[in-house]
Amino acid sequence: MRFRRSPLVLFLAMGLLAALPAHAVEPDEVLQDPALEARAREISEGLRCLVCQNQSIDDSGAPLAKDLRLLVRERLKAGDSNQQIVDFIVARYGEFVLLKPRFETLTLVLWLATPAVFLAAILIIALAFRRRRAEAQNPAPLSIAEKRRLKRLLGEG
Amino acid sequence: MIAETGHYALILALAVAIVQMVLPLIGARIRDQQLMAVAGPAAQLQFVLVAIAFVALMTAYVTSDFSVENVWRNSAVAKPLLYKISGVWGNHEGSMVLWVLILALFGAAVATFGANLPHQLKANVLAVQGSIAAAFLLFIVTTSNPFIRLDPAPFDGQGLNPVLQDPALAFHPPFLYTGYVGFSMAFSFAIAALIDGRIDAAWARWVRPWTLAAWMCLTLGIAMGSWWAYYELGWGGFWFWDPVENASFMPWLAGTALLHSAVVMEKRDALKVWTILLAIITFSLSLMGTFLVRSGVLTSVHAFAIDPARGIFILAIMGVFIGGALALFAWRAPLLAQGGLFAPISREGSLVLNNLLLTTAWAAVFVGTLYPLALEALTGDKISVGPPFFNLTFAPLILPLLIAVPFGPLLAWKRGDLLAAAQRLTAAACLALAVLVLVLAFRQRGPWLAPLGIGLGVWLIAGAATELVYRVKLFEASWSEAWRRLRNLPRSAYGTALAHAGLGIVVIGIVVTTAWRSEAILAMKPGDTAQIAGYTLAFKGVVPRQGPNYRERVALFEVTRNGEKVTELTPSKREYTVERSGTTEAGIHPSWRGDLYAVLGDQLKDGAYSIRLYFNPLVRLIWLGALTMFIGGAVSLSDRRLRIGTPRRAQTKAATVPAAE
Repeated sequence: MRFRRSPLVLFLAMGLLAALPAHAVEPDEVLQDPALEARAREISEGLRCLVCQNQSIDDSGAPLAKDLRLLVRERLKAGDSNQQIVDFIVARYGEFVLLKPRFETLTLVLWLATPAVFLAAILIIALAFRRRRAEAQNPAPLSIAEKRRLKRLLGEG
Repeated sequence: MIAETGHYALILALAVAIVQMVLPLIGARIRDQQLMAVAGPAAQLQFVLVAIAFVALMTAYVTSDFSVENVWRNSAVAKPLLYKISGVWGNHEGSMVLWVLILALFGAAVATFGANLPHQLKANVLAVQGSIAAAFLLFIVTTSNPFIRLDPAPFDGQGLNPVLQDPALAFHPPFLYTGYVGFSMAFSFAIAALIDGRIDAAWARWVRPWTLAAWMCLTLGIAMGSWWAYYELGWGGFWFWDPVENASFMPWLAGTALLHSAVVMEKRDALKVWTILLAIITFSLSLMGTFLVRSGVLTSVHAFAIDPARGIFILAIMGVFIGGALALFAWRAPLLAQGGLFAPISREGSLVLNNLLLTTAWAAVFVGTLYPLALEALTGDKISVGPPFFNLTFAPLILPLLIAVPFGPLLAWKRGDLLAAAQRLTAAACLALAVLVLVLAFRQRGPWLAPLGIGLGVWLIAGAATELVYRVKLFEASWSEAWRRLRNLPRSAYGTALAHAGLGIVVIGIVVTTAWRSEAILAMKPGDTAQIAGYTLAFKGVVPRQGPNYRERVALFEVTRNGEKVTELTPSKREYTVERSGTTEAGIHPSWRGDLYAVLGDQLKDGAYSIRLYFNPLVRLIWLGALTMFIGGAVSLSDRRLRIGTPRRAQTKAATVPAAE
């Protein structure tokens, strides 16, 4: 299967994205109506090519991606809304096909983690500022040893 | 024989690394100068040994010694020399040797140039470096030995994956690894400080140049990878939020934060505990990147479970170092004395904001990258997290940061005046607004957000210039005075300005090319012409051609603009003979306006060819901006104060530079 990135490729060098040369939307797929075609592209960008590594069907040269692109365009011509088409494809292929997961129980942590980290960080910073300021205004009382030393210094001075 | 020498050198290096880890640590504990002094020579010897192993492997590659299994798997006689060399790190085993080589190089550098470091600190730092090296050498020797022999030796090798046979990609891993591994210095210094229970400004002065050097290399490495993806993958994308990219982007974000918090620590002795934690996190993210890419967990959770030896090993290394470091941090960090006080609106405050946003940003990338893996491992449910998710979570964090960047350098330490800084930025803001309005007025299509993005880029560049203008008093003092100030400005000031301006250049490049790229998907027969972005392309036909280790079909386009010939484009489709797989080579005509980008596809049923044409306006600014950031780092690194980690003697000179800092 040529279109599939072999696992070996991922092992090859760190940090590189190794897809085989993608040749996505073919000339014969393009719809006549530019507005409809633009919507087809928009939908395609959000759908995952199921047999690829993290590629949308818009970027992928895999036959399955092509089938999905044609399916999207067919539904568009039939007059479906973007949402209807996405729902249709999710019903067929599952949530895995969505590159932007829906907000639901399974993805609660995914969606809320970033705002939670942000708010927690702000809280920590605010508390640190308050604590430091309080410490600066009321320095810790002298320890017994320090008091003794102070007395000695003053007594001698 | 050469392979055995390399293998032997690796095992010796492992032994030396263990010595380097144990003896100096004990020495530092019982204050034994002799034991502590072992660290330096051990680090140097370790570097020599790993270098011998590396050279041995490279010799096997260059001489095409297919009795070494690793060479047989990843090389071939007909492969050009450059790719024989880069083949050394184009595979798992070889790239791990490169990883350890760079680690040993950093250790040896501390041993060699660290004469003015306190003995105990130096011993502890090198011991921690030794422990990292020991872990990874053990990993190589037990699970990923590149020197395994084949008997009988095959006549030719299997070749290197064709998409990796590319000049930018030949140098991408060494830069990336230098970045990853370079952060180990910050980590080792952090652990040493925690062991000591003591940390001061000299610590930050030592850590900063290493972190800066690592950050520069990582910046360039990521940019090279993105550039490669742009021209090699055949559709002109430059960033994909692929997990493998994210694995290198997270340490970059954390490293950028570390670079900034270390400034606060050096100048004001504040944010100590946080800087230590950030140093641990940054290297932990580097380790995690290594784990993600090397364990195969990204390909599939199941692939990891089927062949777990390597994955579990790296996971264990990661667990020990990250867990151990964080435990040590929790135990010892309260001992570190708190440093200088500052108001929320101050230079320190602005750097805290920088850290807040960058930290949340890497957390967002972290969650998005690991969540699908964790979910599948825990529940078996499969979800995809792709570009739309990352764009949505990353952008709201990075936009405020970009807006805030120019304010930072204009605020005074301890207590700054936001209004005064804003006043100084009036000119920059006006310029950004003017550009924004102009773009809005002349824009014909594209999203309405795009002009704002361009304005933001201009704001960053003009803001960076503003800081320099005020520091040299360009419009206040006489020209000769300004010139004198300009020459006396510390190089780190230029470095900051360049890096921040580079960021602005990147922003403009990304925004313009994303918003206004044009695309044409065509079926063309020889003799047809096509129009895109003012260019006319005449398709002359497709001819076969023979390369050193591939055959290709080359399409010829004659490009004209307003009737005048501009260039010829020759996109091709290659078939690599040995590897039996192909690549698409785009035909690219770069110009200041943007890149004209042509891709040859398959022949269709009616004899026409599937052709894709793109015009990517200002796309080169993305990599030029990254290069500017790299140069900014280099200029800053050449600052005397950073090169020589001693108390500042140049103070008399620096004192004449006003307190705009």
